[in-house]
Amino acid sequence: MLGNFSFRVIVETLPDFGYGLLATLWLSAIAFVGALAVGIIACAMKLQRPRLLHAPAVVFVDAIRATPLLAQLYFLYFGLPRLGIVLPERLVGVLALSLNSGAYVAEIIRAGILSIPRGQVEAGISSGMTYAQRMRFVILPQAFRVTIPPLLGQAIVLVKDSALLSLIAVAELTRAGQLLASDRFMPAEAFLTTAACYLVLYYGLKGLAALSMFRLGLQPAR
Amino acid sequence: MIWQQLQSIASSYPLALRGLGTTVAVSLIGLLAGSLLGFAMGMLRAGGYRLVSSAIGAWVDLIRGTPFLVQIFLVFFILPEFGIELDAFSASVIALSNLAACFICEIVAGGIGAVPRGQVEAALASGLSRWHQMRHVVLPQAMRIILPPLVGQYVLLIKDSSVVSAIGLTDLTRVGWLVVQRVPNGLLVFAIVGVGYFVVCYPLIALARRLESLMSAAHVEVQL
Repeated sequence: MLGNFSFRVIVETLPDFGYGLLATLWLSAIAFVGALAVGIIACAMKLQRPRLLHAPAVVFVDAIRATPLLAQLYFLYFGLPRLGIVLPERLVGVLALSLNSGAYVAEIIRAGILSIPRGQVEAGISSGMTYAQRMRFVILPQAFRVTIPPLLGQAIVLVKDSALLSLIAVAELTRAGQLLASDRFMPAEAFLTTAACYLVLYYGLKGLAALSMFRLGLQPAR
Repeated sequence: MIWQQLQSIASSYPLALRGLGTTVAVSLIGLLAGSLLGFAMGMLRAGGYRLVSSAIGAWVDLIRGTPFLVQIFLVFFILPEFGIELDAFSASVIALSNLAACFICEIVAGGIGAVPRGQVEAALASGLSRWHQMRHVVLPQAMRIILPPLVGQYVLLIKDSSVVSAIGLTDLTRVGWLVVQRVPNGLLVFAIVGVGYFVVCYPLIALARRLESLMSAAHVEVQL
């Protein structure tokens, strides 16, 4: 039983968890910006007219989506030094997260663009707009609106995925829990506190997603 | 150099096969148990009992709001405190089944909720019991909506099973980790590990895509 559950230890190590929480938030934020960049590039490569760069983008997205993040993380962590690229663990982690989420972001953006009715494109063509103008003034503004909720969903997934960075010894929330668990052998206190911290982030982001859907006039998900 | 490393990697194929076996076993049991539990939870969640529905919803939210890695640690380290001694394999299966059940529950509940209300009323008017309404009227129609995201979810869960390597279970990812200590070529080793997952996951991704286009085509047909 959890008879000797010690709240005192949790209070004592609260600064560590606070630091871990901030690190998780910070790493996830950078990784999400990276994922947006990767996603936009991959999506543009998939949709562009001369289909030259189509195949590499498809291979990238499918390879990422069909393999686990942990294997991708180890691939970079153990593989990059082999190429003579030695990066700090944190950077390797952010890179892996960006590439992984980037593939999903690419699919989200693509679905958003393809959801725009064909008539909108035709109206643009008959108004004499070029391809770039149609993208800029007709398609993207409308696609933006429908991609925001799934993008926020992906952000939630990314925050949870960032827990895997603890396995390559990046100091973040789960790592704080692991350290407490191994130092004082108090796994219950350690991992329940860790889970509670993630729930704070989860409900915060979920609230943000609901708010954004409300502001965009989309149906909030229950 | 590369040739020697390849030979060295090839010589650890018994380990790799064991890892693949573990990954398949954990995923298969987890998905099977998770599906059964998830469908049951989904039906209850979509059902009329407010209290049951919100209790399940709260549990699903707790599981969806925390990383799978933390859940595995919780199962592996905390259940023994309640007198349930677990080895790494059972802890992994329990954690994965629970995760699968929670995600599948939301998919199933969403599918059931999308079946038009008139269908339920017609079934009720025909004198079908609650179970028969669900079994013969609601679920067959809901399956059309449930199936594509369900297969997609299976892919995510198979990939999530790689996290069980963190508690020392020798699955495919853990084998890669072990081999890379001996053969210092992370690119090669984890590319091979990636191929292992790819051959399982990619057909499922393709199936999910195919189902999605099939089901949406069928849906248009019905509406006409």
